[in-house]
Amino acid sequence: MELIDQHTKSIMEGCKRRAQDAGLRFQDETLEYIVTNRDLLELAPKVMIPTLYDYWVHDVEVLREKGKYELYPHNPYETVINTRPAISFYNDNNPDWLNVMIFYHVLAHVDFFQNNLFFKHTWEYDFAGQALSDKRIIARLRAEKGRWVDYIIEFARGVDNLVGYHSELSQMSRPFDTGLSSQVNYYFDVFLQTEKRVKINTYVQEIERYNRCLASDHRQGEKTFFAVVDKKYPEFKAVYGKYLAERRVPPRDLMQFLLKNSPFLNKGQNKWMQAVIEVVRNTSLFFQPQIRTKIMNEGWASYWHETLFLQDDRIKGHEVDFARVNSAVTAMPRVGMNPYAMGMRLFYYIEELGNKGKHSIAFRQIRDAHQRKTFDLGTGDGRQFIFKLRENLNDFLFINAFLDQDFMNRHNLFVVGRRMNQERMVWEYYVKSRKVEDYRKMLLDSLYHPPHIVIDPQKSETNGTLYLDHRFEEKPLVKDYIANTMLGIEFLWGSPVQLETSEIESIEPVKKDGDSNGAEPGSDELDIKWRRVRYTMKDKKLTRENL
Amino acid sequence: MGGMDDNLHRLFSALKARGLTPAQEQKFQAELDAGGRHDTTHPPAGADTRPAGPHDPLARAEWSLYRYTDPDQLLDLAPARPSYEVCLRSIDELLERDRLREKDGFPRKIRVGRLIKPGRGTRGKVVVVPTTVEEKFVHDTSFKESLEEGQTGGTGEGEEGEIIGERPVRPEGGEGSGAGEGQSGPHELESNAYDLGKILTEQFQLPNLKNKGKKRSLTRYTYELTDKNRGFGQLLDKKATLRRILETNLTLGRISDVSDIDPSQFLIGPGDKVYRILSREKDFESQAMVFFLRDYSASMAGKPTELVVAQHVLIYAWLLYQYEGQVESRFILHDTDATEVEDFYTYYNSRVAGGTKVASAFRLVNEIVEKEDLVRDYNIYVFHGTDGDDWDTEGDESIPVIEQMLTYVNRVGITIAQQGSGTDGTEVEKYLKKSGLLEKRQDLLRLDILGEDTDETRLIEGIRRLISEEPIKV
Repeated sequence: MELIDQHTKSIMEGCKRRAQDAGLRFQDETLEYIVTNRDLLELAPKVMIPTLYDYWVHDVEVLREKGKYELYPHNPYETVINTRPAISFYNDNNPDWLNVMIFYHVLAHVDFFQNNLFFKHTWEYDFAGQALSDKRIIARLRAEKGRWVDYIIEFARGVDNLVGYHSELSQMSRPFDTGLSSQVNYYFDVFLQTEKRVKINTYVQEIERYNRCLASDHRQGEKTFFAVVDKKYPEFKAVYGKYLAERRVPPRDLMQFLLKNSPFLNKGQNKWMQAVIEVVRNTSLFFQPQIRTKIMNEGWASYWHETLFLQDDRIKGHEVDFARVNSAVTAMPRVGMNPYAMGMRLFYYIEELGNKGKHSIAFRQIRDAHQRKTFDLGTGDGRQFIFKLRENLNDFLFINAFLDQDFMNRHNLFVVGRRMNQERMVWEYYVKSRKVEDYRKMLLDSLYHPPHIVIDPQKSETNGTLYLDHRFEEKPLVKDYIANTMLGIEFLWGSPVQLETSEIESIEPVKKDGDSNGAEPGSDELDIKWRRVRYTMKDKKLTRENL
Repeated sequence: MGGMDDNLHRLFSALKARGLTPAQEQKFQAELDAGGRHDTTHPPAGADTRPAGPHDPLARAEWSLYRYTDPDQLLDLAPARPSYEVCLRSIDELLERDRLREKDGFPRKIRVGRLIKPGRGTRGKVVVVPTTVEEKFVHDTSFKESLEEGQTGGTGEGEEGEIIGERPVRPEGGEGSGAGEGQSGPHELESNAYDLGKILTEQFQLPNLKNKGKKRSLTRYTYELTDKNRGFGQLLDKKATLRRILETNLTLGRISDVSDIDPSQFLIGPGDKVYRILSREKDFESQAMVFFLRDYSASMAGKPTELVVAQHVLIYAWLLYQYEGQVESRFILHDTDATEVEDFYTYYNSRVAGGTKVASAFRLVNEIVEKEDLVRDYNIYVFHGTDGDDWDTEGDESIPVIEQMLTYVNRVGITIAQQGSGTDGTEVEKYLKKSGLLEKRQDLLRLDILGEDTDETRLIEGIRRLISEEPIKV
């Protein structure tokens, strides 16, 4: 890998100036490398991070026939890496005008990485540098522990899609101090709710009493309040003391829970495993925002490469070349879902609405189609508005809030259905719906969404078994993967592991009343009967029971 | 085709006249109605099998939105894969690692990969891609795809309900299933079937053949000290030399009393010394002829064909290793009639159509073996793959030809890739069991029944059942 030459770098610097003038904000230093196919061989399995730790699976082709993108975070294949300084990769034979376009695209990505709040946890450090030191730790451990390091990596990666990304983020965005003492927090958050399980009205009464005490005497109010508590719950002091003694921050995900609570991982001779798991967890956390902002990020980059390229004075004479390349990237496919095209059009659309002042209650209250069309307050703050969106939204919020019927109509969008024609043995693609509700649902359903699996502390208590609860979302787990994943967790936990999940008992098309032939094939409505089941992994043996 | 259809209908009517259960009648009727013809649908090897370019409106219909990436879209950089040499070097390490896994008490993780990509005329060439899976808890959305329609976005003209394009259910190009991304560049590890056979034998502990029976002399020689030569050579044969010296001295009359010989008085002629000398010896080797038989009737569409062919590739590879490359293969396809095809490519890619008569294929094998007198020179193996349907419902035709076959083969392995749940068993299964051949001749005849959800491990386990020399509970 080598850096781009001085000439190309000067083009990049020119792009940076123009991008910053247009309002994009990013750290000024960036690194651009030329990569060959040989370089990509090494980079691709390491999620394009040259310094990522070594792992033998990187050398094997990984089968992803099931839920290919569900297996994230281990397959992003990107050009721009969210590091400090940002790194980007290029092939070495691009003409200058094409580099101008790509550089704008890249800079918009960097701007997105460094300003979108869903990336907040990646702002504080340079991941490439961190990865390098992690890589060294793992290499050193491998020298000592041999292949057992790889088992730990494997088992940790088995649950690295369950990292508590959102709770990690929420922790970062929380105001530091609520001004309440830890005793008050404990009393209301834990003691009343978990220990005493009081009724809501009791709880509310207590809050009122607390407020009254405080109002009557700001300094001594809390003492007065707890004097009554001590009478009512004489054990409170002791329980609180115990809580303080063994206070633990509630773990944010399964990996952290294992790190803190696994008797196996906390044995002296196994402490080294914690370092490995921590590395895997941090790597996963680092990549989480990327897949949750795919449409926005690519849309944002496409919006800016188009906007800035067309204004650039250096590329005169290459408008047609640009048009060809750009349309290949950002054209809406007749069938299919191109995030570049979708995201870019949404940004343009939202900007236009903003310029006319349509992001307002006044506009929303208008029902008349003609009035809606001609509504224009001339506010002109569309650009400012989309900058706010790139800071605050992710794909789900973006689609959910801004994809509307007007947008659908403007771009002639529809949901494509696919059904099998048994006679001719072909898949038929057809226009299924032009309603925004259907389109939005289709799009939201296709967004990355790992299963929501939580630890159930109540059911975990007995004989050291770890009890995992897969929250029901009308999606079963891939059965083939359950055994090995649980085997890994059992190893890391050191005792049996149970998983409660839902499986499909039966599935058939809904029969419509009065239709003697039953539902037509390809009908949407499916009558799915679900069943709750429990898997138990004990001594590397998996058993399954119906609940 | 018209003539053939008429024949089929006549046969069907005749069967009906003899009496069929309603279920059987329905099944056969379905095969008849399916129509179609047995052409190979796929482009010849070497042809560009990439999906059609941007002008094909459905080119990206199956793309997830996460499949669009900058390197691909902007830089025209295809995801790279390790080269053939790198993989080849690593496969031994990987297998060794896998062995250690088992020792450490964890299940194996390397799969030999799905591997079918035979080109026309290149026998014995199979693609091996060492693969693995990183298991996690992930959502399984396949239940929706199989029943509900797959959905994606679209743009442009068209009323609701209007069909805007179609593509074949079975993807073109003969890509083996699961070979990763496919299409996106040269990433397969091309190895030959011999290597695969080695992997199967070592990695999955498939049994070695105990008795292969040496049959044909080949133009292969070994050198042994078997010939004798007088005067010079590599090794003096003392006993023979002494005998010659005695003869010479007796002829010369130098020995008067045989009970009192004085060796020091012997006269020794140069021709008396007998030597052993290196000589070329013809070697007798074992070699095998494998017949692969596949039902390509209409009912075999989809999964059953895939399973049968995948298993046949593995068996072929295993035999190739066992016989050190001395394996010849013949490929026979059958519906109601059987026909021999020239290569594995045609065998693999011929499209399903027509009715089913298992006996036709076995009969053809018997004919070929007799006509070419193969028994003298070859160990003969016959592997047959079917979904278990047979219009010859009682096996009246099949059982006799199978019995005849058992007089000369080393092994007959029948694989039934069952469709659906079929609790009562298929025709082939039923008549084989009824005939009692499976118990009586289990040294020669084996049956393996695969379900629809068969994976690679099960396929290999199936091979063990078909080929092992240990008796197996039927």
